[in-house]
Amino acid sequence: MTRLMKYFSEGRTSGKHTLPFVVILLGVTILASAANLFLPADSALYVSTYTITLLGKYLCYAMLALAVDIIWGYCGILSLGHGAFFALGGYAMGMYLMRQIGDRGVYGNPLLPDFMVFLDWKELPWFWLGMDHFWFAMLMAVVVPGLLAFVFGWLAFRSRVTGVYLSIMTQALTYALLLAFFRNEMGFGGNNGLTDFKEILGFSLQADSTRVGLFLITAILLAVIFVVSQKILSSRLGKVVLAIRDSESRSRFIGYRTDRYKVWLFVYSAVIAGIAGALYVPQVGIINPGEFSPINSIEMVIWVAVGGRGTLIGAVIGALLVNYAKTRFTAIMPDAWLFALGAMFVLVTLYLPKGLMGLYGQLMSKRRTANNSNNTEESQA
Amino acid sequence: MTLRRITLRRITLRHCMALCCCLFGLFSLPSFAVESTSLDPLLADLAEAKISKMVPILDKIEKASDETVLPLFRTLLNGNLYYIKSTKQVVGQFDANGDTFYKDVFTGQANPTLTKRDVKKIRVNNTLRGYLRNAIARIQLTSKNPSVRESAVRELLSKLDDDTIGILERLYPNETNKKVKHAMGLALAMNTASQTKLAVSNRIAAIDTLADSLENDVRNLLTTLSNDENPAIQSASNAALDTIAQRANRFAFVDQLFFGLSLGSVLLLASIGLAITFGVMGVINMAHGEMIMLGAYTTYVVQLIMPNYIDYSIWVAIPAAFLVSGLMGVLIERLVIRHLHGRPLETLLATFGISLILQQLVRTIFSPLNRQVSTPSWMSGSWEINPVLSLTLNRLYILAFALFVFMALVIILKKTSLGLNVRAVSQNRNMAKAMGVKTNWVDAMTFGLGSGIAGIAGVALSQLTNVGPNLGQAYIIDSFMVVVFGGVGNLLGTLVAAFTLGIATKFLEPTTGAVLAAIIVLVFIILFIQKRPKGLFPQKGRAAE
Repeated sequence: MTRLMKYFSEGRTSGKHTLPFVVILLGVTILASAANLFLPADSALYVSTYTITLLGKYLCYAMLALAVDIIWGYCGILSLGHGAFFALGGYAMGMYLMRQIGDRGVYGNPLLPDFMVFLDWKELPWFWLGMDHFWFAMLMAVVVPGLLAFVFGWLAFRSRVTGVYLSIMTQALTYALLLAFFRNEMGFGGNNGLTDFKEILGFSLQADSTRVGLFLITAILLAVIFVVSQKILSSRLGKVVLAIRDSESRSRFIGYRTDRYKVWLFVYSAVIAGIAGALYVPQVGIINPGEFSPINSIEMVIWVAVGGRGTLIGAVIGALLVNYAKTRFTAIMPDAWLFALGAMFVLVTLYLPKGLMGLYGQLMSKRRTANNSNNTEESQA
Repeated sequence: MTLRRITLRRITLRHCMALCCCLFGLFSLPSFAVESTSLDPLLADLAEAKISKMVPILDKIEKASDETVLPLFRTLLNGNLYYIKSTKQVVGQFDANGDTFYKDVFTGQANPTLTKRDVKKIRVNNTLRGYLRNAIARIQLTSKNPSVRESAVRELLSKLDDDTIGILERLYPNETNKKVKHAMGLALAMNTASQTKLAVSNRIAAIDTLADSLENDVRNLLTTLSNDENPAIQSASNAALDTIAQRANRFAFVDQLFFGLSLGSVLLLASIGLAITFGVMGVINMAHGEMIMLGAYTTYVVQLIMPNYIDYSIWVAIPAAFLVSGLMGVLIERLVIRHLHGRPLETLLATFGISLILQQLVRTIFSPLNRQVSTPSWMSGSWEINPVLSLTLNRLYILAFALFVFMALVIILKKTSLGLNVRAVSQNRNMAKAMGVKTNWVDAMTFGLGSGIAGIAGVALSQLTNVGPNLGQAYIIDSFMVVVFGGVGNLLGTLVAAFTLGIATKFLEPTTGAVLAAIIVLVFIILFIQKRPKGLFPQKGRAAE
């Protein structure tokens, strides 16, 4: 317990969280899936397909929050552009799903997606080639965000763009992509984006079983990414990353090529965001340039901030809580959501700099000191 | 209608009209007294004439009179001319506060006793309107005011007939004003150039004179002439067209430059407050865009409060917006930012939250729809330098205003004690504090100043774009780009960066389109920051880091 506290106070997650997290995550997922598939719809324990899809969406957000946390919480790089990596992953998946529609589109063109027929295009642009293969599309879903992150990170970190400048640059990056993807000429469906998907790998996207399948895959991938990230961050590399966060110049003087660490962590984080995007699109059934809007990227940061940055579990909890709150708020009082979100930004930064996990840590340490002073013998035993 | 639109758009002409009216007021009474005898029967004829018989009567009126008849023709052109059934006297109809009144066309004196029943409308048709426009232009040719004469000539360029040419030929030798004479020469040259009966050498000489002109009508004529039977005429008009095209391109360049400067001035206004807060306090104010928005809404509210004084509303709106946004800035600083001192990333998040709250607040109070802010009449219209180059006045004023705000800010920072304290704090906060500078107070004032200037920017922007809850968001990223590009905390850098980006965007736009231009500029800045992470003019010495 003491060690755990120490980790919290240093803003680092202990590996002890990993097992309970994986067990709870997969347990809940399997139970919910089973309740959806095997219980009758009128049963009290039945979980509707809507809920399954919603949960799947939350898990994608959790994955995204993990990506933001890895780079912000552990390395101190506040990226306001992770929405871009998420959306790029989503577009790769969207392109694959679009190609699966085949001749079932409104215009019945076997080769071209509807929006291209509408724009009177004659052939598929080169960057759509190969997107009808699942493996290729999935490769692109990680390669494109990874490559963008590499180029951007390589340019930025090598010339030591840091702090606020970097945040603004990442925001400009996603804004530039937003503008670009709004153009019809880009070949990604412009304003409307990609939608009307029919099936994935031959499974209908409307079927309950497909939805449950996607949900399960999301949960498993989230668990895997969580465990892998945990391993990476608690390894020697992770310690260097923390050192960079706490004092980059000192780490550099000691002899670490800090820019390389940052670039690769940035790429890793972007790849996770890309995967989250690719999983998100078949579940919500649409991807459009709105995903690039700067406010989305900033919202991700607040998930992490609410949960507690620098703890992977905190990022996940934050994403789940805030998005649940969003679903509820926007249903009850749609106008109040922005007030609530805004207040959350202000209050969390003012009063909970370490998020809910930090609060939890504080409470635990208070209880421990209370216990210690009351019955010292017992706690030592 | 065209005439009205043109008078509205041509500021010089409009002013002259006003002048004319004054002159008219001075001279009309005696002159009318002399003329009334000859004019009265004609006017009575006009009242009774059928629409097809009106042209000869109007012709006689024109011949028998001078400028004084203009109000009559204008009223008739607008379809507001009536005659009193009993006396056959003509009157003009006008509306005031929703009621209809009648006034004497010549003296402008209202005749309150008349009602709708006493009068009958004198109808006009398109033929008549065309005739009236020409007649007005012809009458204006003899006006005492040179610029009225000039615009009258330009008005006539597109419809030169033998009558007008006759008048012009008569007037040309005696014309003293250079500009008017030039315009008349142009009209005559156009006539000469298009006369197939004349000698070719004369026509070519005329075409060569036309090459100086940028008038649309001249270009149309030359395009027609470039298909002339005579090859000499053809090549002469082609050469003239080339010369004209070259000059037009030069002016198009100036036009683009102006648009670039205009965008630059907007960027300057939007980002300069940000530059101050960022430079002095190291605070990234994501709510800066909303400060701009508040300023724009203040303009809207001020106009709601004083709907009859739109022309003056802007003089109230500027200080009001400064106060509203400035006080909001001080409030934000006191409530939130001072608790986050020295943690720029956290202030970024907190102020982003504030921006969301302010946007939603405005949405709740004013509805999510865009609000219309009217432009004061003295700001609307444009300054027509020549037929291809006209600068819109509101942009011109905003450009001047941005430079004025910039100068004012430089003076505040250089000459006032607040400025001294601000500079001290921005260079070395701890040292300043040790020397007795109240850094807390300086922070609040700086933030208030930066926000207040954002509010003023909002007033300016309300004259250019729609006022809506998302107004601020549209400018926030651009403003950050300007600040980062120019070098944080450097006012001169902000100025240079704003105009550079503005001009670059406007010069890219014609070839790439607006969206791609914005992307190229963003990518350029991203790359630029790689090379110079601290912007164009980085802080040097101890102040840096």
